[in-house]
Order: sequence, then structure tokens, then C-alpha cells
Amino acid sequence: MTIQLTHFSAALVFALFASVVFGITHRETTRDMVRYGLYCFVLFLGGVFLAGWAMWLVRR
Amino acid sequence: MANSTTAKTKPAAEPVHRDSMMAVIAPAVGWLIPGAGHIIQRRWIRGVLLFTSIGAMFVLGLMMQGHIYKANGGDILDILGFIGDLGAGGMYIVTLTMSWGQGAIAFATADYGTKFMIVAGLLNFIAVADAYHIAIGKKQ
Repeated sequence: MTIQLTHFSAALVFALFASVVFGITHRETTRDMVRYGLYCFVLFLGGVFLAGWAMWLVRR
Repeated sequence: MANSTTAKTKPAAEPVHRDSMMAVIAPAVGWLIPGAGHIIQRRWIRGVLLFTSIGAMFVLGLMMQGHIYKANGGDILDILGFIGDLGAGGMYIVTLTMSWGQGAIAFATADYGTKFMIVAGLLNFIAVADAYHIAIGKKQ
């Protein structure tokens, strides 16, 4: 069984799972874990959009 | 006097021994099965979330026809890939045993899959370290 993900959906899935692990392992309390996980997720996705627009600008 | 000192210190020796055992067992089990190091220390939700995240990432990598690295890769990048893959523990052993992930990286999705499996292994290394910190009492 194989699966084909687009670049964006692969980045989305990557960001989700990595953020969950970062949140659990890098903070002490449940509340801090959730907050840090969300923070990492937003940074990952923000990085994807930033890199995407940077490449678009370089291409032009 | 000596007897009273011994009587005071003896009960404390048992938990220390148990903790030192857990400090070895939890990382080992956590490496073999992602999240299991947390589960055996009664961190149920964390363990299940770690298992789901790391497991899904590794399986998705395989389904994207990612490549799994072996120990005998001569290239330095192959060795680094092997170290990353090795972190997935039991999933890596099963994948090697079943001869999955042996194809060449022919298209972009397969390259993403290869990175997914490496990162899943690296994330499991972090989870193992976290299980160890819980076992020694450095983290709740």
C-alpha cells in the first residue's frame, strides 16, 4: 500500500507529529505542553509559508 | 545508636533501587516501542500520543516508499540516515526483517518518506531521553 502526499500536506503532517513530540518532551505541565506544541506547529507552518514565498520571489 | 541509624536509612534504600532499575528499563522499552517508556511509568496519555505520533510518522514514511538505511552504508550521509532510522527501535527492526523500504528513491514523495522515517527515529530518541528524565525524577 502506497500513499502520495503533496509537498504541503507532507509538511503539515510532519509539523503536526513533530509538534506533539516537542510539546510533550520539552515542557513540564500539561498546559505548557499544549501551548508549546501549538507554538511549534505555528512556527513549522509559518516557516513553510515563508520559505514558499521566498522561493516565489527568488524565481521571479 | 548504630541500629537506629540503620533502621532509619533502610526503608529509603528500596525506592532508590526501584528508581535506578526504572532508569534503565524505561529508556530501553521506550526505544523498542515508542511511548512505552512513558506508559510503564503511568504517563498514559503522553505515551499514547508519542506512540501515535512517532509510529504514524514512520509508517507514513514507509507508505510513501521511503528508503531505510542499513548499518553497512559506506557514505557518511548513509551512516547518519542509519543512526536516525535506528532510533525507531522495534519498527526499524521489523522493517529490516520484512525487507521493506529497500527501493531506490526515485521521486519526491519517496524522498519525503525517507526523511519521515529518519525524523521519526530522532523524535523517538528525544522521547527516550524524556522517559529517562521521568524515571530519575528530573521531570514529573
